[in-house]
Amino acid sequence: MEMTMTQKILAAHAGLDQVVPGQLILAKTDRVLGNDITSPVAIREFNKLGFSDVFDKDKVTMVMDHFAPNKDIKAAIQCQTCRNFCREKEITHFYDVGAMGIEHALLPEKGLVVSGDLVVGADSHTCTYGALGAFSTGVGSTDMACAMAVGKLWFKVPSALRFVLKGKLKPHVSGKDVILHIIGMIGVDGALYKSMEFTGEGVASLSMADRLTICNMAIEAGGKNGIFEVDQTTLDYVRQHSGRQPRVYKADPDASYEKTYEIDLSTIRPTVAFPHLPGNARTIDQVGDVKIDQVVIGSCTNGFYENLEEAASIIRGHKIAKGVRCIVIPATQAIYLKAMENGLLRDFVEAGCVVSTPTCGPCLGGYMGVLAPGEVCVSTTNRNFIGRMGDKSSKVYLASPAVAAASAIKGRIASFEEV
Amino acid sequence: MNISSTVIKYGDNVDTDVIIPARYLNASDNASLAQHCMEDLDPDFHKKVETSKIVTGGQNFGCGSSREHAPLALKASGVQLVIAKSFARIFFRNSINIGLAIMECPEAVDGIKNGDRVEVDTDSGTIVNKTTGKSYKTAPFPDFIAKIIADGGLINAIKDGDVK
Ligand code: SF4
Repeated sequence: MEMTMTQKILAAHAGLDQVVPGQLILAKTDRVLGNDITSPVAIREFNKLGFSDVFDKDKVTMVMDHFAPNKDIKAAIQCQTCRNFCREKEITHFYDVGAMGIEHALLPEKGLVVSGDLVVGADSHTCTYGALGAFSTGVGSTDMACAMAVGKLWFKVPSALRFVLKGKLKPHVSGKDVILHIIGMIGVDGALYKSMEFTGEGVASLSMADRLTICNMAIEAGGKNGIFEVDQTTLDYVRQHSGRQPRVYKADPDASYEKTYEIDLSTIRPTVAFPHLPGNARTIDQVGDVKIDQVVIGSCTNGFYENLEEAASIIRGHKIAKGVRCIVIPATQAIYLKAMENGLLRDFVEAGCVVSTPTCGPCLGGYMGVLAPGEVCVSTTNRNFIGRMGDKSSKVYLASPAVAAASAIKGRIASFEEV
Repeated sequence: MNISSTVIKYGDNVDTDVIIPARYLNASDNASLAQHCMEDLDPDFHKKVETSKIVTGGQNFGCGSSREHAPLALKASGVQLVIAKSFARIFFRNSINIGLAIMECPEAVDGIKNGDRVEVDTDSGTIVNKTTGKSYKTAPFPDFIAKIIADGGLINAIKDGDVK
Protein backbone atom coordinates (compact mmCIF):
# COMPACT_ATOMS: atom_id res chain seq x y z
CA MET A 1 0.00 0.00 0.00
CA GLU A 2 1.16 3.53 -0.76
CA MET A 3 1.92 5.76 2.24
CA THR A 4 1.49 9.40 3.25
CA MET A 5 4.42 11.55 4.49
CA THR A 6 3.45 10.88 8.11
CA GLN A 7 3.09 7.14 7.57
CA LYS A 8 6.54 6.98 5.94
CA ILE A 9 8.22 8.75 8.84
CA LEU A 10 6.46 6.49 11.35
CA ALA A 11 7.38 3.34 9.39
CA ALA A 12 11.04 4.40 9.19
CA HIS A 13 11.18 4.99 12.96
CA ALA A 14 9.49 1.69 13.73
CA GLY A 15 11.89 -0.21 11.47
CA LEU A 16 9.04 -1.32 9.21
CA ASP A 17 8.72 -1.20 5.41
CA GLN A 18 5.04 -0.61 5.58
CA VAL A 19 2.43 0.68 8.03
CA VAL A 20 -1.33 1.06 7.62
CA PRO A 21 -3.83 3.36 9.38
CA GLY A 22 -4.96 1.97 12.72
CA GLN A 23 -1.82 -0.14 13.18
CA LEU A 24 -0.19 0.14 16.61
CA ILE A 25 3.56 0.54 16.43
CA LEU A 26 6.50 1.13 18.72
CA ALA A 27 8.68 3.86 17.22
CA LYS A 28 12.00 5.49 18.08
CA THR A 29 11.94 9.14 19.12
CA ASP A 30 14.55 11.63 17.85
CA ARG A 31 13.59 14.22 20.44
CA VAL A 32 11.57 14.23 23.66
CA LEU A 33 10.34 17.61 24.93
CA GLY A 34 8.79 18.91 28.12
CA ASN A 35 8.08 22.28 29.73
CA ASP A 36 7.91 23.60 33.27
CA ILE A 37 4.31 22.41 33.73
CA THR A 38 4.40 18.95 32.19
CA SER A 39 7.99 17.94 33.06
CA PRO A 40 7.54 17.82 36.86
CA VAL A 41 4.79 15.20 36.42
CA ALA A 42 7.00 13.33 33.92
CA ILE A 43 9.96 13.45 36.31
CA ARG A 44 7.79 12.02 39.09
CA GLU A 45 6.77 9.14 36.79
CA PHE A 46 10.34 8.70 35.47
CA ASN A 47 11.57 8.25 39.03
CA LYS A 48 9.02 5.45 39.56
CA LEU A 49 10.57 3.59 36.62
CA GLY A 50 13.87 3.10 38.38
CA PHE A 51 16.03 4.09 35.39
CA SER A 52 19.20 5.90 36.46
CA ASP A 53 19.65 7.78 33.17
CA VAL A 54 17.66 9.12 30.26
CA PHE A 55 18.00 7.23 26.97
CA ASP A 56 20.07 9.99 25.36
CA LYS A 57 21.26 13.19 27.08
CA ASP A 58 21.26 15.10 23.77
CA LYS A 59 17.75 14.11 22.76
CA VAL A 60 15.81 15.14 25.84
CA THR A 61 14.89 18.84 25.94
CA MET A 62 13.24 20.87 28.67
CA VAL A 63 12.14 24.47 28.23
CA MET A 64 11.02 26.68 31.14
CA ASP A 65 8.47 28.82 29.32
CA HIS A 66 4.95 28.60 30.75
CA PHE A 67 5.27 30.28 34.15
CA ALA A 68 8.89 31.47 33.79
CA PRO A 69 10.37 33.84 34.87
CA ASN A 70 8.47 32.33 37.77
CA LYS A 71 5.11 33.86 38.57
CA ASP A 72 4.89 32.51 42.12
CA ILE A 73 6.51 30.15 44.59
CA LYS A 74 4.74 27.06 43.31
CA ALA A 75 5.91 27.82 39.76
CA ALA A 76 9.42 28.39 41.07
CA ILE A 77 9.38 24.94 42.67
CA GLN A 78 8.32 23.38 39.35
CA CYS A 79 11.26 24.98 37.54
CA GLN A 80 13.55 23.94 40.37
CA THR A 81 12.42 20.33 39.96
CA CYS A 82 13.25 20.47 36.24
CA ARG A 83 16.55 22.28 36.80
CA ASN A 84 17.73 19.74 39.38
CA PHE A 85 16.72 16.80 37.21
CA CYS A 86 18.48 18.17 34.14
CA ARG A 87 21.64 18.92 36.12
CA GLU A 88 21.67 15.47 37.67
CA LYS A 89 21.00 13.67 34.38
CA GLU A 90 23.37 16.01 32.49
CA ILE A 91 20.69 16.97 29.95
CA THR A 92 22.35 19.01 27.18
CA HIS A 93 19.32 20.98 26.07
CA PHE A 94 17.86 22.53 29.19
CA TYR A 95 16.64 26.08 28.55
CA ASP A 96 16.19 28.26 31.60
CA VAL A 97 15.44 31.97 31.95
CA GLY A 98 17.95 33.91 29.85
CA ALA A 99 18.26 31.17 27.24
CA MET A 100 14.70 30.02 26.97
CA GLY A 101 11.99 31.06 24.57
CA ILE A 102 8.56 29.56 23.92
CA GLU A 103 9.40 25.92 23.25
CA HIS A 104 7.86 25.55 19.79
CA ALA A 105 9.61 28.63 18.46
CA LEU A 106 12.83 27.73 20.24
CA LEU A 107 13.37 24.16 18.99
CA PRO A 108 13.35 24.96 15.24
CA GLU A 109 15.48 28.05 15.86
CA LYS A 110 18.09 26.05 17.81
CA GLY A 111 18.19 23.45 15.05
CA LEU A 112 16.88 20.74 17.39
CA VAL A 113 14.39 19.49 14.80
CA VAL A 114 15.13 18.67 11.16
CA SER A 115 13.02 17.22 8.35
CA GLY A 116 12.23 13.55 8.82
CA ASP A 117 12.58 13.57 12.63
CA LEU A 118 10.09 11.97 14.98
CA VAL A 119 9.47 14.34 17.89
CA VAL A 120 7.22 13.89 20.90
CA GLY A 121 6.54 16.61 23.43
CA ALA A 122 4.48 16.81 26.58
CA ASP A 123 2.74 19.84 25.12
CA SER A 124 -0.10 19.69 22.66
CA HIS A 125 1.42 22.25 20.27
CA THR A 126 4.41 20.00 19.63
CA CYS A 127 2.70 19.47 16.27
CA THR A 128 4.32 22.78 15.19
CA TYR A 129 7.46 21.11 13.79
CA GLY A 130 5.51 19.52 10.95
CA ALA A 131 6.37 22.81 9.24
CA LEU A 132 9.88 21.37 8.83
CA GLY A 133 8.65 18.09 7.36
CA ALA A 134 9.04 16.25 10.68
CA PHE A 135 6.46 14.07 12.41
CA SER A 136 5.78 15.70 15.74
CA THR A 137 2.93 15.29 18.14
CA GLY A 138 1.84 16.13 21.65
CA VAL A 139 1.74 13.46 24.33
CA GLY A 140 1.18 13.34 28.07
CA SER A 141 3.63 13.43 30.95
CA THR A 142 3.65 9.65 31.45
CA ASP A 143 4.44 9.29 27.75
CA MET A 144 7.26 11.77 28.20
CA ALA A 145 8.62 9.82 31.16
CA CYS A 146 8.64 6.58 29.21
CA ALA A 147 10.14 8.18 26.11
CA MET A 148 12.87 9.74 28.26
CA ALA A 149 13.62 6.28 29.66
CA VAL A 150 13.56 4.10 26.56
CA GLY A 151 13.55 6.51 23.58
CA LYS A 152 10.47 4.83 22.17
CA LEU A 153 6.73 5.26 22.36
CA TRP A 154 3.57 3.57 21.12
CA PHE A 155 1.64 5.18 18.30
CA LYS A 156 -1.48 4.42 16.38
CA VAL A 157 -0.77 5.07 12.68
CA PRO A 158 -3.13 7.85 11.58
CA SER A 159 -5.10 8.21 8.40
CA ALA A 160 -4.80 11.59 6.73
CA LEU A 161 -6.51 14.63 5.30
CA ARG A 162 -4.79 16.36 2.39
CA PHE A 163 -4.81 20.10 1.86
CA VAL A 164 -3.71 21.10 -1.63
CA LEU A 165 -2.73 24.76 -1.58
CA LYS A 166 -2.59 26.92 -4.65
CA GLY A 167 -2.19 30.63 -5.37
CA LYS A 168 -0.66 33.18 -3.05
CA LEU A 169 -1.85 35.06 0.05
CA LYS A 170 -2.83 38.72 -0.27
CA PRO A 171 -0.73 41.31 1.61
CA HIS A 172 -1.24 41.28 5.42
CA VAL A 173 -3.05 37.93 5.18
CA SER A 174 -0.98 35.19 6.82
CA GLY A 175 -0.72 31.59 7.98
CA LYS A 176 -2.99 32.37 10.94
CA ASP A 177 -5.86 33.29 8.61
CA VAL A 178 -5.29 30.09 6.62
CA ILE A 179 -5.47 27.82 9.66
CA LEU A 180 -8.43 29.66 11.26
CA HIS A 181 -10.21 29.34 7.91
CA ILE A 182 -9.46 25.60 7.80
CA ILE A 183 -10.58 24.96 11.40
CA GLY A 184 -13.74 26.97 10.69
CA MET A 185 -14.34 24.76 7.68
CA ILE A 186 -13.67 21.30 9.16
CA GLY A 187 -14.46 21.99 12.84
CA VAL A 188 -12.52 21.51 16.08
CA ASP A 189 -12.72 17.74 15.69
CA GLY A 190 -12.55 17.70 11.90
CA ALA A 191 -9.13 16.06 11.90
CA LEU A 192 -9.54 13.97 15.07
CA TYR A 193 -6.76 11.30 15.27
CA LYS A 194 -5.68 12.21 11.71
CA SER A 195 -2.70 13.83 10.00
CA MET A 196 -3.17 17.10 8.16
CA GLU A 197 -0.82 17.06 5.18
CA PHE A 198 -0.13 20.28 3.27
CA THR A 199 1.03 20.15 -0.30
CA GLY A 200 0.54 21.85 -3.67
CA GLU A 201 2.20 24.67 -5.60
CA GLY A 202 0.88 27.25 -3.12
CA VAL A 203 3.22 25.94 -0.41
CA ALA A 204 6.22 27.65 -2.03
CA SER A 205 4.77 31.10 -1.38
CA LEU A 206 4.41 30.49 2.38
CA SER A 207 7.20 31.59 4.73
CA MET A 208 8.54 29.26 7.42
CA ALA A 209 6.69 31.41 9.98
CA ASP A 210 3.40 30.87 8.12
CA ARG A 211 3.98 27.12 7.98
CA LEU A 212 4.89 26.96 11.68
CA THR A 213 1.67 28.84 12.54
CA ILE A 214 -0.44 26.51 10.41
CA CYS A 215 1.03 23.29 11.85
CA ASN A 216 0.90 24.77 15.37
CA MET A 217 -2.89 24.83 15.23
CA ALA A 218 -3.41 21.37 13.68
CA ILE A 219 -4.27 20.22 17.23
CA GLU A 220 -7.06 22.82 17.30
CA ALA A 221 -8.77 20.77 14.58
CA GLY A 222 -8.15 17.63 16.66
CA GLY A 223 -5.26 16.57 14.41
CA LYS A 224 -2.54 14.20 15.51
CA ASN A 225 -0.03 16.17 13.48
CA GLY A 226 0.24 18.71 10.70
CA ILE A 227 2.99 18.36 8.13
CA PHE A 228 4.25 20.32 5.13
CA GLU A 229 5.94 18.86 2.10
CA VAL A 230 9.64 19.72 2.22
CA ASP A 231 10.82 22.26 -0.37
CA GLN A 232 13.74 24.63 -0.88
CA THR A 233 12.43 27.03 1.80
CA THR A 234 12.48 24.17 4.34
CA LEU A 235 15.93 22.96 3.36
CA ASP A 236 17.38 26.47 3.47
CA TYR A 237 15.86 26.97 6.94
CA VAL A 238 17.16 23.65 8.26
CA ARG A 239 20.70 24.23 6.89
CA GLN A 240 20.75 27.69 8.42
CA HIS A 241 19.75 26.44 11.87
CA SER A 242 21.08 22.90 12.22
CA GLY A 243 24.19 20.91 11.43
CA ARG A 244 22.13 17.72 11.09
CA GLN A 245 21.12 16.23 7.75
CA PRO A 246 17.44 16.53 6.88
CA ARG A 247 15.68 13.39 5.62
CA VAL A 248 12.99 14.13 3.09
CA TYR A 249 9.90 11.91 2.95
CA LYS A 250 7.44 12.50 0.14
CA ALA A 251 3.96 11.03 0.03
CA ASP A 252 3.54 8.29 -2.57
CA PRO A 253 1.62 9.47 -5.63
CA ASP A 254 -1.43 7.33 -4.82
CA ALA A 255 -1.24 7.44 -1.05
CA SER A 256 -4.78 7.33 0.28
CA TYR A 257 -6.39 10.28 2.02
CA GLU A 258 -9.75 10.31 3.75
CA LYS A 259 -10.44 13.61 2.10
CA THR A 260 -8.70 16.17 -0.09
CA TYR A 261 -9.40 19.89 0.24
CA GLU A 262 -8.25 22.39 -2.36
CA ILE A 263 -7.52 25.82 -0.98
CA ASP A 264 -6.84 28.86 -3.12
CA LEU A 265 -4.68 31.04 -0.88
CA SER A 266 -5.58 34.17 -2.82
CA THR A 267 -9.20 33.86 -1.64
CA ILE A 268 -8.35 33.67 2.07
CA ARG A 269 -9.60 36.73 3.98
CA PRO A 270 -8.50 37.93 7.41
CA THR A 271 -10.26 35.55 9.81
CA VAL A 272 -11.20 35.82 13.49
CA ALA A 273 -12.23 32.96 15.80
CA PHE A 274 -14.99 33.99 18.21
CA PRO A 275 -15.25 32.73 21.80
CA HIS A 276 -15.13 29.96 22.96
CA LEU A 277 -13.82 27.68 20.23
CA PRO A 278 -11.06 28.09 17.62
CA GLY A 279 -13.58 26.75 15.09
CA ASN A 280 -15.97 29.72 15.50
CA ALA A 281 -14.36 31.44 12.52
CA ARG A 282 -15.72 34.55 10.80
CA THR A 283 -14.13 36.67 8.12
CA ILE A 284 -13.30 40.19 9.24
CA ASP A 285 -16.30 41.74 7.43
CA GLN A 286 -18.64 39.51 9.49
CA VAL A 287 -17.22 40.52 12.86
CA GLY A 288 -19.33 43.61 13.64
CA ASP A 289 -18.56 46.03 16.45
CA VAL A 290 -16.56 44.22 19.14
CA LYS A 291 -14.96 46.53 21.73
CA ILE A 292 -11.78 45.26 23.36
CA ASP A 293 -9.80 45.74 26.56
CA GLN A 294 -6.57 43.96 25.69
CA VAL A 295 -4.46 42.76 22.76
CA VAL A 296 -1.80 40.05 22.98
CA ILE A 297 0.72 39.63 20.17
CA GLY A 298 2.94 36.62 20.76
CA SER A 299 2.84 32.88 21.64
CA CYS A 300 4.11 29.76 19.88
CA THR A 301 1.56 30.49 17.16
CA ASN A 302 2.46 34.08 16.31
CA GLY A 303 5.50 35.21 18.28
CA PHE A 304 7.90 34.79 15.34
CA TYR A 305 9.98 37.65 14.00
CA GLU A 306 7.88 37.95 10.82
CA ASN A 307 4.77 38.29 13.00
CA LEU A 308 6.27 41.13 15.05
CA GLU A 309 7.43 42.83 11.87
CA GLU A 310 3.92 42.61 10.45
CA ALA A 311 2.36 44.01 13.63
CA ALA A 312 4.95 46.79 13.87
CA SER A 313 4.38 47.80 10.25
CA ILE A 314 0.75 48.54 11.15
CA ILE A 315 1.31 50.04 14.61
CA ARG A 316 4.28 52.28 13.64
CA GLY A 317 3.40 55.95 13.94
CA HIS A 318 0.04 55.27 15.65
CA LYS A 319 -1.09 55.17 19.27
CA ILE A 320 -2.81 52.27 21.00
CA ALA A 321 -6.47 53.19 21.62
CA LYS A 322 -7.33 54.73 24.97
CA GLY A 323 -8.39 52.08 27.46
CA VAL A 324 -6.67 49.23 25.59
CA ARG A 325 -3.59 47.36 26.87
CA CYS A 326 -1.39 45.91 24.15
CA ILE A 327 1.14 43.26 25.21
CA VAL A 328 3.83 42.17 22.76
CA ILE A 329 5.84 39.03 23.49
CA PRO A 330 8.71 37.97 21.21
CA ALA A 331 8.82 34.17 21.30
CA THR A 332 12.57 33.74 21.82
CA GLN A 333 15.62 35.71 22.93
CA ALA A 334 16.96 35.75 19.34
CA ILE A 335 13.67 37.17 18.07
CA TYR A 336 13.71 39.73 20.88
CA LEU A 337 17.23 40.81 19.92
CA LYS A 338 16.44 41.08 16.21
CA ALA A 339 13.29 43.06 16.96
CA MET A 340 15.37 45.37 19.11
CA GLU A 341 18.12 45.82 16.55
CA ASN A 342 15.64 46.57 13.79
CA GLY A 343 13.74 49.12 15.86
CA LEU A 344 10.48 47.16 16.23
CA LEU A 345 10.57 47.32 20.02
CA ARG A 346 10.84 51.11 19.81
CA ASP A 347 7.83 51.19 17.45
CA PHE A 348 5.80 49.16 19.92
CA VAL A 349 6.80 51.10 23.02
CA GLU A 350 6.29 54.49 21.38
CA ALA A 351 2.79 53.45 20.36
CA GLY A 352 2.00 52.55 23.96
CA CYS A 353 2.49 48.76 23.92
CA VAL A 354 4.38 46.88 26.60
CA VAL A 355 7.06 44.42 25.46
CA SER A 356 7.63 41.32 27.58
CA THR A 357 10.47 38.87 27.90
CA PRO A 358 9.73 35.59 26.08
CA THR A 359 7.11 33.56 28.00
CA CYS A 360 3.79 31.80 27.45
CA GLY A 361 2.38 34.05 30.18
CA PRO A 362 -1.08 35.32 29.22
CA CYS A 363 -1.69 32.67 26.51
CA LEU A 364 -2.83 30.22 29.17
CA GLY A 365 -3.96 32.76 31.74
CA GLY A 366 -0.77 32.37 33.72
CA TYR A 367 0.44 35.92 34.27
CA MET A 368 1.57 39.01 32.29
CA GLY A 369 -1.95 39.89 31.17
CA VAL A 370 -4.62 37.82 32.90
CA LEU A 371 -8.18 39.00 32.12
CA ALA A 372 -10.69 40.33 34.68
CA PRO A 373 -14.39 39.34 34.65
CA GLY A 374 -16.12 40.39 31.43
CA GLU A 375 -12.96 41.62 29.71
CA VAL A 376 -12.40 41.09 26.00
CA CYS A 377 -9.06 40.29 24.38
CA VAL A 378 -7.91 39.96 20.78
CA SER A 379 -5.03 37.53 20.79
CA THR A 380 -2.67 35.99 18.26
CA THR A 381 -2.56 32.83 20.42
CA ASN A 382 -4.28 29.55 19.57
CA ARG A 383 -7.02 28.87 22.13
CA ASN A 384 -10.07 30.80 23.22
CA PHE A 385 -11.70 28.28 25.55
CA ILE A 386 -13.72 29.45 28.56
CA GLY A 387 -11.34 30.86 31.17
CA ARG A 388 -8.26 30.29 29.00
CA MET A 389 -6.84 33.77 29.64
CA GLY A 390 -8.34 34.57 32.99
CA ASP A 391 -11.79 34.86 34.53
CA LYS A 392 -14.38 32.47 33.15
CA SER A 393 -16.54 35.38 31.98
CA SER A 394 -13.71 36.95 29.95
CA LYS A 395 -13.65 36.50 26.19
CA VAL A 396 -10.81 35.78 23.76
CA TYR A 397 -10.96 36.38 20.00
CA LEU A 398 -8.18 34.71 18.00
CA ALA A 399 -6.70 36.64 15.10
CA SER A 400 -3.59 37.28 13.00
CA PRO A 401 -0.84 39.72 14.02
CA ALA A 402 -2.14 42.21 11.42
CA VAL A 403 -5.70 42.15 12.75
CA ALA A 404 -4.50 42.23 16.37
CA ALA A 405 -2.34 45.28 15.63
CA ALA A 406 -5.14 47.12 13.82
CA SER A 407 -7.55 46.28 16.66
CA ALA A 408 -5.14 47.68 19.25
CA ILE A 409 -5.17 51.01 17.44
CA LYS A 410 -8.93 51.11 16.89
CA GLY A 411 -10.03 49.77 20.29
CA ARG A 412 -12.32 47.25 18.62
CA ILE A 413 -11.73 44.31 16.32
CA ALA A 414 -10.59 45.95 13.11
CA SER A 415 -9.01 45.25 9.77
CA PHE A 416 -5.59 46.64 8.82
CA GLU A 417 -7.38 48.40 5.96
CA GLU A 418 -8.97 50.74 8.50
CA VAL A 419 -5.65 51.96 9.87
CA MET B 1 -13.73 -3.87 35.93
CA ASN B 2 -17.37 -3.39 36.98
CA ILE B 3 -18.75 0.03 37.83
CA SER B 4 -22.27 0.89 38.97
CA SER B 5 -23.18 4.53 39.51
CA THR B 6 -25.38 7.44 38.58
CA VAL B 7 -24.14 9.64 35.75
CA ILE B 8 -23.03 13.26 35.41
CA LYS B 9 -23.66 14.31 31.83
CA TYR B 10 -21.80 17.00 29.85
CA GLY B 11 -21.90 18.10 26.19
CA ASP B 12 -19.48 18.27 23.24
CA ASN B 13 -15.90 19.58 23.29
CA VAL B 14 -15.32 19.50 27.06
CA ASP B 15 -11.79 20.94 26.96
CA THR B 16 -8.88 20.46 29.33
CA ASP B 17 -9.02 24.15 30.30
CA VAL B 18 -12.40 23.59 31.97
CA ILE B 19 -11.45 20.18 33.37
CA ILE B 20 -8.54 21.81 35.17
CA PRO B 21 -7.90 25.52 34.42
CA ALA B 22 -4.29 26.40 33.55
CA ARG B 23 -4.15 28.91 36.40
CA TYR B 24 -3.96 25.96 38.81
CA LEU B 25 -1.22 24.10 36.94
CA ASN B 26 1.45 25.48 39.21
CA ALA B 27 0.67 22.45 41.35
CA SER B 28 0.35 18.83 40.32
CA ASP B 29 -0.61 17.04 43.54
CA ASN B 30 -3.90 15.17 43.47
CA ALA B 31 -5.58 17.17 46.23
CA SER B 32 -5.15 20.56 44.55
CA LEU B 33 -6.10 19.17 41.14
CA ALA B 34 -9.27 17.64 42.54
CA GLN B 35 -10.15 20.85 44.35
CA HIS B 36 -10.48 22.85 41.10
CA CYS B 37 -11.68 20.14 38.72
CA MET B 38 -14.51 21.35 36.42
CA GLU B 39 -15.05 24.54 38.44
CA ASP B 40 -15.50 26.85 35.39
CA LEU B 41 -18.04 24.54 33.73
CA ASP B 42 -19.96 23.12 36.66
CA PRO B 43 -19.57 24.66 40.13
CA ASP B 44 -21.62 21.78 41.60
CA PHE B 45 -19.31 19.09 40.21
CA HIS B 46 -17.86 18.39 43.65
CA LYS B 47 -21.19 17.72 45.24
CA LYS B 48 -22.30 15.52 42.34
CA VAL B 49 -19.13 13.43 42.24
CA GLU B 50 -19.64 12.38 45.86
CA THR B 51 -22.29 9.98 44.61
CA SER B 52 -21.82 9.87 40.80
CA LYS B 53 -18.67 8.14 39.60
CA ILE B 54 -19.39 8.07 35.87
CA VAL B 55 -19.08 11.12 33.60
CA THR B 56 -20.42 11.19 30.06
CA GLY B 57 -19.41 13.65 27.35
CA GLY B 58 -20.23 14.26 23.70
CA GLN B 59 -17.76 14.60 20.83
CA ASN B 60 -14.07 15.44 21.32
CA PHE B 61 -13.97 15.05 25.12
CA GLY B 62 -10.70 16.33 26.57
CA CYS B 63 -9.70 18.53 23.65
CA GLY B 64 -7.04 21.18 24.07
CA SER B 65 -3.85 21.00 26.03
CA SER B 66 -1.74 17.91 26.62
CA ARG B 67 -1.96 18.31 30.38
CA GLU B 68 -2.09 14.93 32.06
CA HIS B 69 -3.41 16.94 34.99
CA ALA B 70 -6.84 16.71 33.31
CA PRO B 71 -7.48 12.95 33.61
CA LEU B 72 -5.56 13.02 36.91
CA ALA B 73 -7.94 15.70 38.23
CA LEU B 74 -11.00 13.67 37.24
CA LYS B 75 -9.56 10.53 38.79
CA ALA B 76 -8.52 12.35 41.97
CA SER B 77 -12.05 13.80 42.24
CA GLY B 78 -13.43 10.28 42.35
CA VAL B 79 -14.48 9.76 38.73
CA GLN B 80 -14.06 6.09 37.80
CA LEU B 81 -15.11 6.13 34.17
CA VAL B 82 -15.69 8.57 31.33
CA ILE B 83 -17.97 7.53 28.47
CA ALA B 84 -17.93 9.87 25.45
CA LYS B 85 -18.93 9.93 21.81
CA SER B 86 -15.28 10.54 20.97
CA PHE B 87 -12.13 11.59 22.80
CA ALA B 88 -9.41 14.04 21.82
CA ARG B 89 -6.36 11.90 21.18
CA ILE B 90 -3.93 13.16 23.83
CA PHE B 91 -6.60 12.87 26.52
CA PHE B 92 -7.26 9.32 25.28
CA ARG B 93 -3.53 8.44 25.55
CA ASN B 94 -3.18 10.09 28.94
CA SER B 95 -6.18 8.31 30.41
CA ILE B 96 -4.81 4.94 29.35
CA ASN B 97 -1.36 5.82 30.59
CA ILE B 98 -2.57 6.87 34.05
CA GLY B 99 -5.28 4.23 34.37
CA LEU B 100 -8.52 6.23 34.13
CA ALA B 101 -11.10 4.00 32.46
CA ILE B 102 -12.62 5.49 29.29
CA MET B 103 -15.10 4.17 26.74
CA GLU B 104 -16.17 5.45 23.35
CA CYS B 105 -19.87 4.78 22.74
CA PRO B 106 -22.03 7.41 20.95
CA GLU B 107 -25.26 5.37 21.29
CA ALA B 108 -24.85 5.00 25.05
CA VAL B 109 -24.16 8.72 25.44
CA ASP B 110 -27.35 9.54 23.51
CA GLY B 111 -29.33 7.01 25.55
CA ILE B 112 -28.14 8.09 28.99
CA LYS B 113 -29.62 11.11 30.78
CA ASN B 114 -28.11 13.12 33.59
CA GLY B 115 -28.72 11.20 36.82
CA ASP B 116 -29.50 7.81 35.21
CA ARG B 117 -28.11 4.77 36.99
CA VAL B 118 -25.68 2.82 34.80
CA GLU B 119 -23.84 -0.48 35.17
CA VAL B 120 -20.67 -1.02 33.17
CA ASP B 121 -18.40 -3.99 32.51
CA THR B 122 -15.28 -2.48 30.94
CA ASP B 123 -13.75 -5.86 30.02
CA SER B 124 -16.60 -6.88 27.76
CA GLY B 125 -17.50 -3.30 26.77
CA THR B 126 -21.08 -3.61 28.05
CA ILE B 127 -23.02 -0.59 29.31
CA VAL B 128 -26.47 -1.10 30.84
CA ASN B 129 -28.71 1.84 31.64
CA LYS B 130 -30.64 0.59 34.69
CA THR B 131 -33.01 3.54 34.58
CA THR B 132 -34.25 2.81 31.04
CA GLY B 133 -33.33 -0.88 30.81
CA LYS B 134 -31.43 -0.37 27.55
CA SER B 135 -27.97 -1.88 27.01
CA TYR B 136 -25.09 -0.89 24.74
CA LYS B 137 -21.93 -2.54 23.50
CA THR B 138 -18.55 -1.06 22.56
CA ALA B 139 -15.45 -2.59 21.00
CA PRO B 140 -12.96 -3.76 23.62
CA PHE B 141 -9.43 -2.28 23.50
CA PRO B 142 -6.89 -3.74 21.08
CA ASP B 143 -4.41 -6.17 22.73
CA PHE B 144 -1.53 -3.73 22.81
CA ILE B 145 -3.53 -1.20 24.82
CA ALA B 146 -5.27 -3.85 26.94
CA LYS B 147 -1.81 -5.02 28.02
CA ILE B 148 -0.82 -1.52 29.14
CA ILE B 149 -4.07 -1.20 31.11
CA ALA B 150 -3.69 -4.69 32.58
CA ASP B 151 -0.20 -3.72 33.70
CA GLY B 152 -1.75 -0.74 35.51
CA GLY B 153 -0.54 1.92 33.08
CA LEU B 154 2.46 2.62 30.88
CA ILE B 155 4.99 2.94 33.70
CA ASN B 156 4.29 -0.57 34.89
CA ALA B 157 4.18 -1.89 31.33
CA ILE B 158 7.71 -0.63 30.80
CA LYS B 159 8.85 -2.00 34.16
CA ASP B 160 7.37 -5.38 33.25
CA GLY B 161 9.26 -5.33 29.96
CA ASP B 162 6.14 -5.15 27.80
CA VAL B 163 7.49 -2.03 26.12
CA LYS B 164 11.12 -2.52 25.10
S1 SF4 C 1 2.44 29.92 23.96
FE1 SF4 C 1 0.47 29.14 24.68
S2 SF4 C 1 -0.06 27.46 23.34
FE2 SF4 C 1 2.12 27.92 23.03
S3 SF4 C 1 3.22 26.51 24.37
FE3 SF4 C 1 2.87 28.40 25.51
S4 SF4 C 1 0.93 28.09 26.62
FE4 SF4 C 1 1.06 26.55 25.02
